[in-house]
Amino acid sequence: MSILIDKNTKLVVQGITGRDGGFHASKMKLYGTNVVAGTSPGKGGMITEFGVPVMNSVHQAVQNEGANTSVIFVPAPFVKDAIMEAANAGIELIICITEGVPTLDVVYAHKYASSKGSKLIGPNCPGIISPGKSLIGIMPGNIFKKGNTGVISRSGTLTYEVVYNLTKEGMGQSTAIGVGGDPVVGLYYKELLQMFQDDPETHSIALIGEIGGDAEEQAAAYIKEHITKPVAVFIAGSTAPPNKRMGHAGAIISSGSGTAQEKQAAFEAAGVPVAKEPSQIPSLLS
Amino acid sequence: MKIHEYQAKEFFSNYGIPTAEGIVCRNVESCTDAYCDLHSTKVVIKAQVLTGGRGKAGGIKLASSMEEVAKHSSSIIGMDIKGYTVDRVMVAQAVNIESEYYISLVIDRNTKSTLLVMSKEGGVDIEEVAAKTPDKIFKIPIDPFIGIPNFLAARAARMLFDNNSIVKQAIPLIQNLYKLFVEKDASLAEINPLVVTKEGRLLAIDAKMNFDPNALYRQSEVEALFEPSAEERKEQEAKSKGFSFVHIGGEIGCMVNGAGLAMATMDMIKLYGGDPANFLDIGGSSNPNKVVEAMKLLLSDKEVKVVLINIFGGITRCDDVAKGLKEAFNQIDTDIPIVIRLAGTNENEGRELLKETPFHNTSTMGEAIQKAVELSLQR
Repeated sequence: MSILIDKNTKLVVQGITGRDGGFHASKMKLYGTNVVAGTSPGKGGMITEFGVPVMNSVHQAVQNEGANTSVIFVPAPFVKDAIMEAANAGIELIICITEGVPTLDVVYAHKYASSKGSKLIGPNCPGIISPGKSLIGIMPGNIFKKGNTGVISRSGTLTYEVVYNLTKEGMGQSTAIGVGGDPVVGLYYKELLQMFQDDPETHSIALIGEIGGDAEEQAAAYIKEHITKPVAVFIAGSTAPPNKRMGHAGAIISSGSGTAQEKQAAFEAAGVPVAKEPSQIPSLLS
Repeated sequence: MKIHEYQAKEFFSNYGIPTAEGIVCRNVESCTDAYCDLHSTKVVIKAQVLTGGRGKAGGIKLASSMEEVAKHSSSIIGMDIKGYTVDRVMVAQAVNIESEYYISLVIDRNTKSTLLVMSKEGGVDIEEVAAKTPDKIFKIPIDPFIGIPNFLAARAARMLFDNNSIVKQAIPLIQNLYKLFVEKDASLAEINPLVVTKEGRLLAIDAKMNFDPNALYRQSEVEALFEPSAEERKEQEAKSKGFSFVHIGGEIGCMVNGAGLAMATMDMIKLYGGDPANFLDIGGSSNPNKVVEAMKLLLSDKEVKVVLINIFGGITRCDDVAKGLKEAFNQIDTDIPIVIRLAGTNENEGRELLKETPFHNTSTMGEAIQKAVELSLQR
């Protein structure tokens, strides 16, 4: 098993005729993901060069191909509509890769998606992978290895760095998820920690956090109460000056809260080991 | 993105939120003129800077005569508040305050919604109130599909006020503040304090608004108010080239792909006893022009003694990155030592390509950072 995606995932790529959408759709297909369709309004009937049928709407992809998961690559101004379209069509899991989406659009679309029972990951995230089964998003599949460590992260390349270290030490991954770096995003630590706790294939969990907000503090409290599997964390941003946006819109410390030091202390208080550098994660889990 | 108090108050006025009357001035003479025009014996002179703590810094003063207005405005204009020079003040009518309240709308990560935050403890540091007496803060998450209908505004108003006449004024104020918040893509709209005057009027005495940078493409009116500082201008310039850049001030210039890895690189430099000069995320690509531009940016900082390039090759393969780096450094003339760490897809091929170069090639993050710190301490 794994969480959220596996061999039964049938993926529709929203924005498949765009540069990024097209490129990553081909990479996902190459990895073995079951990419059943792509959408691009007005271009329905086309077939992409790597053999994926293009449709005008997500509804068609659900009706004709049984799509149950979507990944969004459309430009930021159209993301709100794309998320709502997927939710309205009955898609169970929506993964939004696009960055730069207005926060209030996410608030609106997330509310609608939840009301339809759909789960959202992102926006501004690298996606999700269950190694050997399915890859959705922009992660480089070749650095991952099938195994028993679950990975949850707010970052992209930093996730790869941690995964690279895990894989090098022979620790494969059950599922790895980038939750996204924006102030408001879908699935977060608590829900995902619980899914990993409930997944028999996951034996340990790596959590990669960063400055801003108090989600890490909440995760620490949640782990103490509900998670019995070993967890190790790394928090990026100890050296970040206050009130600066460090690339991720969410990575901003203001008013003295949300610092890396506070987050590290919260995990330590909950008995969760904190890595000083990403390469320490494997030894903290074994 | 932040705006000045007087600009926020203009938005308030346009949305029917009552504020104390005021005039923006750039010199002492226009302050005294404003004093005459306001027909109010007592006025307050407030520094307009894009930072908090104006009162504590002496940037807010009461005046009740022409002489006092001249004296205080000349002391405030030109004053430095947390690195910002005051070039504008607002001369506003001073009101007879009966009681002070706090009200704001803010994006909340936890409820994934806009949050209406209110307190009877206005006019003070609200974070302190929240930390010490959280029960004195009321929070209502707003459903974006219904906004703030009458019943909700009335319920909120009654949490703060008992007097019916004030409740009647508070209901449209709350609704209008929400309308403004949503229509302008704000991330914060705060009134602290919101006051009830001795005459029984509800007024916004201060106004603070921040806006969502991701939404500026559809908010030209807001975008026009952006006043970047020298540092923000440098950051903006970087952004236009596809980078994310923040200057920190140390000796090791960093070039990294990805925000999280860039932060972790800085953290580790510190951990190993060095000082990072900057945060620089060059994104994912092997384009040599991008590397050239990034190097120019790093070398324009005269404090930089060593450059550390930490690239995790994912979709962009390390051999492509290595080719890009070689091409870029053919165009750059510098005697500053360069430490490179390439990892990920095709890392061996990438490192092979960099063998015959003057770069310090490393394979792990720890090794790279140790080398960079060592070199920075030697120079």
